[in-house]
Parts: sequence; C-alpha cells; structure tokens
Amino acid sequence: MAKELLKGNHAFAEAAIRAGCEAYFGYPITPQTEALEHMSKRMPELGRVFLQAESEVAAINMVYGAACAGVRVMSSSSSPGVSLMMEGLSYIAGSELPVVLVDIMRGGPGLGNIAPSQGDYNQIVKGGGHGDYRPIVLAPASVQEFIDLTVEAFDLAEKYRCIVIILADGSLGQMMEPAELPEMREVRRFEERPPWSLSGAKGRTPNVISSFYLDPLNEEEVNRRLMAKQAEIEANEIRFRELMLDDAEIAVVAFGTSGRIAQSAIKNAREEGIRVGLLRPISLYPFPYERIRQLGDNVKEILVVEMNSGQMLGDVRIGIEGRIPISFYGRQGGVVPMPDEVLEEIQKVNSRSSAS
Amino acid sequence: MTDKKMVETLIYTKSESLTELGTHYCPGCTHGISHRLIAEVIDEMGVREDTIGIAPVGCAVFAYDYFNMDFAEAAHGRAPAMATGLKRVNPDKIVFTYQGDGDLASIGAAEIMHTAGRGENITVIFINNAIYGMTGGQMAPTTLPGQKTTSTPLGRDIEMHGFPMRMCEILSQLDGASYVVRRSLHNVANIRKAKKAIRQAFEVQRQGLGFSMVELLSSCPTNWGMTADEALKWVGESMVEAYPLGDYKVSPEIKGMKKGGGG
Amino acid sequence: MQTEIIISGFGGQGVLFAGQLLSYAALEKDLHVTWYPSYGPEMRGGTAHCTVIISDDEIGSPVIRNPTAVIVMNLPSLDKYEPLIKTNGVLIVNTSLVDRDPEREDLRIVLVPANDIAEELGDKRMSNLVMLGSLVNKLDILSIEDIGTSLDRHIPKHRRNLLEGNLKALERGAALAMGEKLAT
Repeated sequence: MAKELLKGNHAFAEAAIRAGCEAYFGYPITPQTEALEHMSKRMPELGRVFLQAESEVAAINMVYGAACAGVRVMSSSSSPGVSLMMEGLSYIAGSELPVVLVDIMRGGPGLGNIAPSQGDYNQIVKGGGHGDYRPIVLAPASVQEFIDLTVEAFDLAEKYRCIVIILADGSLGQMMEPAELPEMREVRRFEERPPWSLSGAKGRTPNVISSFYLDPLNEEEVNRRLMAKQAEIEANEIRFRELMLDDAEIAVVAFGTSGRIAQSAIKNAREEGIRVGLLRPISLYPFPYERIRQLGDNVKEILVVEMNSGQMLGDVRIGIEGRIPISFYGRQGGVVPMPDEVLEEIQKVNSRSSAS
Repeated sequence: MTDKKMVETLIYTKSESLTELGTHYCPGCTHGISHRLIAEVIDEMGVREDTIGIAPVGCAVFAYDYFNMDFAEAAHGRAPAMATGLKRVNPDKIVFTYQGDGDLASIGAAEIMHTAGRGENITVIFINNAIYGMTGGQMAPTTLPGQKTTSTPLGRDIEMHGFPMRMCEILSQLDGASYVVRRSLHNVANIRKAKKAIRQAFEVQRQGLGFSMVELLSSCPTNWGMTADEALKWVGESMVEAYPLGDYKVSPEIKGMKKGGGG
Repeated sequence: MQTEIIISGFGGQGVLFAGQLLSYAALEKDLHVTWYPSYGPEMRGGTAHCTVIISDDEIGSPVIRNPTAVIVMNLPSLDKYEPLIKTNGVLIVNTSLVDRDPEREDLRIVLVPANDIAEELGDKRMSNLVMLGSLVNKLDILSIEDIGTSLDRHIPKHRRNLLEGNLKALERGAALAMGEKLAT
C-alpha cells in the first residue's frame, strides 16, 4: 500500500481496524477524540461494533465484556479518562483477557490541559490499577510506528492474554506524517473464538471469567501465573531503537516524542563534535534494563529526557545501578521541549564529563 | 404383612441451569429463590447453552458457581456496561445481569441508567433487599427511612442521607426501557408472579425488544437482625409499602407480543 | 536538507489546511514531512498555527524553535514569530491584517495583501492560498504545480467549487513573491 498523510489518531484507529478489531468502546476526550470519531464512522460501515459509552468507566467495562467474548476489542482515551479506566483494567488483568488500550497523554495532574505530556509513565508502566499486574506498554515516536505497534499490540495481547497499552502523547495523536497502513484483516469468525471465551456453553462445561479468588492461596496462584507470564514477556518482548551509540560517551535515553526531539538535538551535538547517541525504549514494559546496563559500561554519563518530572528516569537508574552519573532534563505540564533545550543539556553534560 | 408397593413420583428436581453446588447464602435469604426462578425460566425456554450471565459484587458474587452456564464476574456496579459489551458482540445470545441494590442503584447508577437509556437488549435481575449484605449490613440507596443499618445505627435519617431511590420508577421514565417491573419474593403467590415476570423479561430479550428489568423485593434476615419469617413479613409489609409492586413500563411491542410457551 | 515552516494566524484563516497542502505535496515528492498543529480550543477562533517540516532525510523533532520560513496571517503571529526566524529565512506577511512593517533586516520578506487579493478573486477565505503561493515561490523545495495537484486531490468536496479560485490565488501569491524586494 502507498503512503498516505495520516494524523496519529486516525492512523492508530484505522490500524486497529485493519488488525481485525471487532469492537471499540470509548468516550470523547481531547486530544484523542479523532480516533473515536474515526471508529464511529468506520466500524458500522464494516459491520463491526462502535459504541460511545456514558463514561470511561463504562467504556472499559464494555471492553471487558466484549473481551470475555473472545473478540479483538479496544478503547482509547487520554490521561484523565485513562485514570477512570483503571478499575476496569485491573479486572481485565486479573481475568487475563486480551485488550488493547491507547493513552494519548496530556498535561496534568487533574484536569490539567490538552497539551502533549508524558506524565502517565509511572501510572501506566508500573500497572495503574490496583493489584499486582503489569500491562505490556509500547511507546511509538512516529505515525508509522504508531500504526505498526497498534497492529502488534493485538497480537501480543492475544499471545499473552494480557493488556497492551500504547502510550503516546498528544502530539503523536495530532500530528500528520506519511505512513503506510497494513492490509485489512477480517474479524474472527464466531467459530474461531478462543476456547475460553463466553459464547454459550453449547456441548461443553460452562466457562467462567472472573478475577475473584476469595482464598488467598488461590489468588497467589493467579499472581504467580501472571509473574511467569511477565518473565516470558521480559525475555521476549523488549524493543528499543538506538542511534549513534557505538562511539558515544554520552547516551541520551528518551521515549516517544521526547526521543525524536532528542534525536534532533543529538544530530546537532554531533556536528559540534560531541560524541553522543540515543537509546529510545519502545517497550516501556518490558523495559530494556539490560541494554541500559550495558550503556553503564560504555558511556560516561546518561541524560534522560522526558515530558514529565522524571518518571522513566527511575527505570534508567535501575539499569545503571549507580555506576555512572545520570542527569535529567524534563518539561512538564504539557510543555514540549525544543531540540535546542536538549542540545544545551547535552553540552552541559559534555563539558562536565570532559572536565572529569 | 401385606406387600406394599412403593410408588415414586418425581415432584422436584434441581434445575439443569443450576450446578450441583450448595449456595453460601444465609438461611432465610431469598437469593436462592431468585436463582431458582431464573434457572427454571432458562430451562423452560431451552436457552441455557445460549445464555451468558454477569455476576455482581455483593452477596451474589458467586452466582457464577451456582448457574450452570457461561458467566463473567463484573466490577461493582459495572455489570450493565459489561453486559453491553458482551451482547454487542454476541447479539444472538441471551445476556443477563444479576445485581443487588448497592451495585445497581448506588455505585452502578450511571451504568444501569445508560444501559436502559440505550435500550440495550439485555435482561437485568435486580435484587432489592434495602441493605448492603456482603459488607455486613450498611445503608443501601434503597434503605428505608428510619431503617437501622451498621452505617445508620440510629436509623436512616433523611436529613443526612436523603431518600431511598425507586429504580423501577426512575428507569421506567427512559424511552429505551421496554419492560420494567417490580415483584416480591415474600410468599408463594408473589414468587409465582415473580417467575412470570422473569420469563417475560427474558422473552422480551429473545425477541429483540430491548431493555428489560425485574426488581425483586428480597429479604436479608441476617443483616436485618430478624428471623426468616420476620424478614419475609417485613418485605411484605414495609418494603412493599415503600416499593409498590407492579408493571412500571411495558412497551406497546411487548403488549402485542405473542405469549411464549410454558412459565 | 530540512526546511522548517510555521504558518500562523487566527482560527478559521485556513492555516492548518495550508500546512496540510504543503505536506501532501511533499509526500507526493517522496520527501519526509511532519505536520504538527496547535489544537483544541484554538480551533474555535483563537490563534492557530502549524509547523511543517520537510526534509530529504528522516525527521527527528516535529517541533522547532527557529523556523526557516514563516507565514503570518495576523499581527499577533508576526509579533510572535518574527524574532524567531533563522537568518536569511523567509517571512510572508499578510498586510491586509497586519498594520506594521516587519523589523528584521536579515530576512527575505514578502508583503502580501492576501485578504484583498482573495476578495478580488471572489472569496476572502482563499487568503491562505495566496500566502502559500508566495511561500512556495520563496522556497526551492516544491512548485506551485505540486501544491495545485495536492489541492486538487484534497480540497473538501463541499469546497470543490472554490478549486479554480484557489489555484488562481496560489498563482497570484507566487507572482507577487517573484517581484520581491529584499528588505534591506
């Protein structure tokens, strides 16, 4: 298929449709509403399910219900709306259902604003809802990557029977870039729905989907199963992209839009002769700790850049294990850092590490 | 000694739509009766293998263990939203929720309201026993004025806690609701009427006529601090007075509906 | 090579669509491009702007502080972006709505009475295309024909009757830019 100029929100919604998403439930919230609007038009055209729920609380529980039926189902929202979904997400995690959610992050806390932010990192990457679980979290940095990761999200969700959250910020939802959509995948036929799904107990013992285990020993068993799954995910699903790290003395670590901004800054810094490279984690859970650990052996200093007050920073620290200095540059509240600000930070780190 | 011929006549069996498991409900609680009524209706309609139930948070949280059919366990109050999702991708299946008063009328007020408003083609069985059972007897949105609970130790004070909510009356105002009725389980005559209403509600869904809900006035002797008899008497007197029985909404399509067999 | 353009004005002046036309044209030419809008309440009458980056290589940051070219459709936009443009950059000013001269002397400036020209052509909503014509003429990355083609492909159906007028608007803007004087 040829490249088209696509807005992030339209692109991921259409990508989900092409991936065989059979049902979408959502609630309008800026800056992701175009996705809901796209779904409202396209899903009925294709004979699939679209429903605007009365709240994000209801939307995620509709997702929960449809996921019980074994169909590909998703929702999308933005920070305050995603907070409202946390209850449902925890139930979905506890019930081990495959669900895809897109969070187009905006400035916060509270009502905040509608500008791009990465302030939901800790909430999303560390779990979000109550209880002991981790969703797979993927962070795109371009419209094309948004499309590719959305398709992959459905496969991963079903492979591990878990939640996959695509964590993007408002700018990725709103910006347009040339990108290519995948071929259309048909929705699963009723007969192809997974054996655990709720479809009526015809000629079999009933299926029960629940996250309720009154006996702590049983609940612990569930938790151990989730842990085993996480170990598998951590072993198989780490994704990152790196740039000019081979000879780097400074490594910038940044995800999503921050990663792209850092990429421009690094290019400019290289022109000044600064040996700096970029590590852009794409899977935020599982986090590329091992690659970060290696960086600790190879570079003099790490600079973490985020559109928050230093949330992924904690994970970078875990990977570095205190061996080299880590500095942080962040803009908060919906402010998007300019490449020259990041360049300035790189220059500061460089003069410091050259002096030492 | 003369030979006496023993004649066995089967007058009662466990419904196929119920599992063999004994319930955990307190003695005198009417949950068992409502489970049985639903199961009989599903048996009689022959739809057990096409039915998916949604259990609530509350005393009936284990309903999925007692019903012999596909079942899911919802978050507190969200069963109607979950049922919406399930039904939309399974339009040919019978989907019902089983919810208590705290679940439906308090924490899930928004979900039930909008599910009814959309005319979602599901059936809701609403157990109103005027109290929170599972958490040990706190005030429910349906607790009567003056009624003592563990969170209204001096009785529900309407100045402080406001008034009970009559969900049938509220939901019957919504254009999307097709069949909204209130019945009681305090004696045999009313139990029979309740079963007919449950049958009608499931038939409404089977024929695609939209949202149906049967509210069942129920007892909670344990948390009311009464014997089983006293509790049933209290349902028949105080609760029926506060929550009058009747058909609050029967859409014209239902009135014109052919009677289904049995029930 | 990377060209960084900001188009800025009031909501409703078509600045976002002008940026999209540029982006579509760049896509047709197999160039890398990002279109980054202001969004939200601004679309309802406040200020609106978009950043368009066109490059022959992968684009890093979709936002920039110092653009190489700017279209200002109103005075607040001129006040905001004039100081930020790179030396020798391009500044296209809508003099129909801006009542002061630009102050920078190190820019290539085109003064365009865009609303007047658009009105003369039949519809003042085409002022964005007049401005875009001038800009494209000043940049060596796309031709007026490229923009015309993308306009033909992407003009909304209900505006199709404005296509001819819009193409004329582009050409008028380009012609005006050709007679440009360096603001020395």
